[in-house]
Amino acid sequence: MGNQLKNGLIYQNPVLVLLLGMCPAIAISTSIFNGLGMGLCTTFVLFFSNITISALRKVIPENVRIASYIVIIATLVTVVDLLLQAYMPALSRSLGLFIPLIVVNCAVLARAESFANKNTVLASAIDGLSMGLGFTAALLAMSAIREILGAGMLMGRNIFPSGFQPVQLMTLAPGGFITLGCIIALKQWMSNRKGGKA
Amino acid sequence: MTVSQLFALSLGAILVENFVLVRFLGICPFLGVSKKTDTALGMGFSVIFVMGTASAATYLVNEHILKRFDIEYMHTVAFILVIAALVQLVEMFLKKSAPSLHKALGIYLPLMSTNCAVLGVAILNTQNEFDLIGSVVYGVSAAIGFTLALLLFASVREKLEFSDVPAAFQGFPIALVTAALISMAFMGFSGLKVM
Repeated sequence: MGNQLKNGLIYQNPVLVLLLGMCPAIAISTSIFNGLGMGLCTTFVLFFSNITISALRKVIPENVRIASYIVIIATLVTVVDLLLQAYMPALSRSLGLFIPLIVVNCAVLARAESFANKNTVLASAIDGLSMGLGFTAALLAMSAIREILGAGMLMGRNIFPSGFQPVQLMTLAPGGFITLGCIIALKQWMSNRKGGKA
Repeated sequence: MTVSQLFALSLGAILVENFVLVRFLGICPFLGVSKKTDTALGMGFSVIFVMGTASAATYLVNEHILKRFDIEYMHTVAFILVIAALVQLVEMFLKKSAPSLHKALGIYLPLMSTNCAVLGVAILNTQNEFDLIGSVVYGVSAAIGFTLALLLFASVREKLEFSDVPAAFQGFPIALVTAALISMAFMGFSGLKVM
């Protein structure tokens, strides 16, 4: 279980290593509030879709499995969407279109196809949880960088003295690409160094 | 909608609110199939084709099924099913009637059902309450914007293969930084007002 958790968070991190689910990662990582919200919603969907799909893995016919997975995932996303609209309208508004788009987040479908349909319910549940947390962690890292540099704030609070001029570019579209590029470069640099020493 | 409104809508979707570079929809295929210009072009044409037909199909489903039975909250499930079925149908139709086109687009079509730009355009159409023509025009223009961005990006990446990139930035990171630069260029269009 510890291994699976480590895999999801670091070695197989869906965003930083497998490069899945990048649309939401780049689009909504403008503030920590958004990043955390999106991460937890995706974790919820991943967790329950992995459980449902692995429980039904012997029932779902081979030929229509992708379509069945998509229906299961889409149903869960609708649940999340309606819950957010009812209980957290502010978050629902700021994530907007990207809540329904969790359906086409390749990370969710990829786990269903590559893990949940071959493993037991318990293992799939842990896998969904750790992949979801890995996704959340990547989003948090990106959104922290972008919020600090782009707005000069951390969790909505000013952290710089008043003379600081925030780099507004970081909260806009190009900032998302640059941040993700630099984080992946940092990861590659670290693994290059490790590989060189060994 | 009048013709001038449609024109403004279309220009807006291609340049000002470019799906990939400003709205962040369809990033996966944007990064995945942008290594060569001809594959980029193939992907672009399939996206234009599927997004146009998907806009029309989801509009009809929304108007005549979801609204009629008052189950509009099911739109995510309904739309993704319509899109997946449509992609399958298009593939079968092309295989029978235009084998050469099918051969050219073949490998990109199945990828289309998990392209978030397609589902995104369907949801945006219903949110903005476009009519049938408006939906199709918006869908096709958004796809043209996607193709434009993809083509620009692919031609830069072809050159990038021969340049000397720091080891840590090789592969994906430098591609993302390149995308950021193209996206900055597209921000210049945000001052454009066409109304």
